[in-house]
Amino acid sequence: MTLKTITPVPHTAFRDQIEKLSGENVARCYQCGKCSAGCPVSFAMDLAPRRIMRAIQLGLKEEVLASTTIWLCVQCNVCSARCPREIEVARVMEACRLVFQQEKFKAGDRDTMLFHKLLLDSVRRWGRLHELDLAASYNLISGHLTANMGLVPGLIARGKLAILPHREARSEVKKVIARVEAEHRKDKAKAGGKA
Amino acid sequence: MKSTSTYAYYPGCTLKTTAREFDVSTKALCGALGIRLLELKHWGCCGASSAHGTDHLLALALPAREIASASQMGWPLVAVCAMCFSRLKHSEAALHDESMRNKLSGIVGKPLPASYEVLHLLQVIDNMRDRMPVTRPLSGLKAACYYGCVLVRPKDVSRMDDVENPQIMDRVIRAAGAETVDWNFKTECCGAGMALPHTDIMLKLSLRILNQAKQAGADCVVTACPLCFANLDGYQKQMKKTFGSDPEMPVFYFTELIGLAAGISSERLLINKHTTDAMSLLKNKGLAGEPVHA
Repeated sequence: MTLKTITPVPHTAFRDQIEKLSGENVARCYQCGKCSAGCPVSFAMDLAPRRIMRAIQLGLKEEVLASTTIWLCVQCNVCSARCPREIEVARVMEACRLVFQQEKFKAGDRDTMLFHKLLLDSVRRWGRLHELDLAASYNLISGHLTANMGLVPGLIARGKLAILPHREARSEVKKVIARVEAEHRKDKAKAGGKA
Repeated sequence: MKSTSTYAYYPGCTLKTTAREFDVSTKALCGALGIRLLELKHWGCCGASSAHGTDHLLALALPAREIASASQMGWPLVAVCAMCFSRLKHSEAALHDESMRNKLSGIVGKPLPASYEVLHLLQVIDNMRDRMPVTRPLSGLKAACYYGCVLVRPKDVSRMDDVENPQIMDRVIRAAGAETVDWNFKTECCGAGMALPHTDIMLKLSLRILNQAKQAGADCVVTACPLCFANLDGYQKQMKKTFGSDPEMPVFYFTELIGLAAGISSERLLINKHTTDAMSLLKNKGLAGEPVHA
């Protein structure tokens, strides 16, 4: 009998991408499950944090990016604080979101994505978050027309919801955002040049 | 005894709207404690809680702009919103790296220091808690100090307190004369920004916190975060509708409770503007309105 040689094909491209973006060494995870145990939202996730970590180790990009987990993560950092391998799991989740957006992945938790997009749109528009603007545009675009609207009259009556946005920082914040976008374009051009 | 210290003050977006009590009570309290707060001019959003999951550089650049303007004023930067504090601390940590500092400096169009003192108001008050002018001790009040997530986590960014059993807020609330309870949900998440896209998840998490506080024997919850406050104070009726149990638990900002102890009236602190009634509790404990001097 002759011995066969098996050459494993490592699927490390996705893992490398996540490790680079998060600055965390995902390979260190030994699957103890403390992240899933402490996660306040794991009950609502399709893949609890421990499984996301394993999937990244295995390079299962599609599975990770399609999971509701990366959007349901509230960035509370309990997982990071309790990880015995000192991995900032919440940063790994954040990196998954970044890859998702960079690669314009399609599936996922659309309501949460929309919320984050609209929040930044509001900041872009006014320089500060305008809550009424965020809530109204979220409800209109998501189709959840009456979500949270029960709170609005009370908040207005108690003088706690600004009808008009505060615009003092508008032009300055616009400049900051424009320069950040210019940096991204520069980075993209550099990456393109190398390839 | 009054001690005078000066800080550049970054309120953050919600403090001018839904968390107006936090801004008003912060200013009133600091006035009473002899802490001079100079609000940053033309401050903008810190990017929370969306920028850091969308655009890393933007998440660092927005708070860096505030650090740059504080450093122009020359005073340490103080925040009261736990989320703003956390984002400012993240940016401050990024400044230690020279190439990132230069990049951020270019983006904000102002020079940036290699490090900068960014504090949460709790830290400022904790440092002077023995000298606090307590004219109306919060006797008989049992408070559950709720820290939430980002005040203490990530540990190497916040560098404030223990991540599982923090004590700083307990210390200052006790210095104001109240009792604080030991409980398990000090640093559990309230559901944060889930309030809009996943209200059901937020309701579940927030209700758990309020119930735990009640079980620990607290008659109120104290917070340092506008988002925690919005969820815990603002949605108790919906919790009842969804889960059938009405927590009826008054929620305070720490600045409101210490403000009461420093002799400021509950109305001036806007405690009468909460969604969940907090005035009945204060009336029961003889803490409502103006202090009565014997």
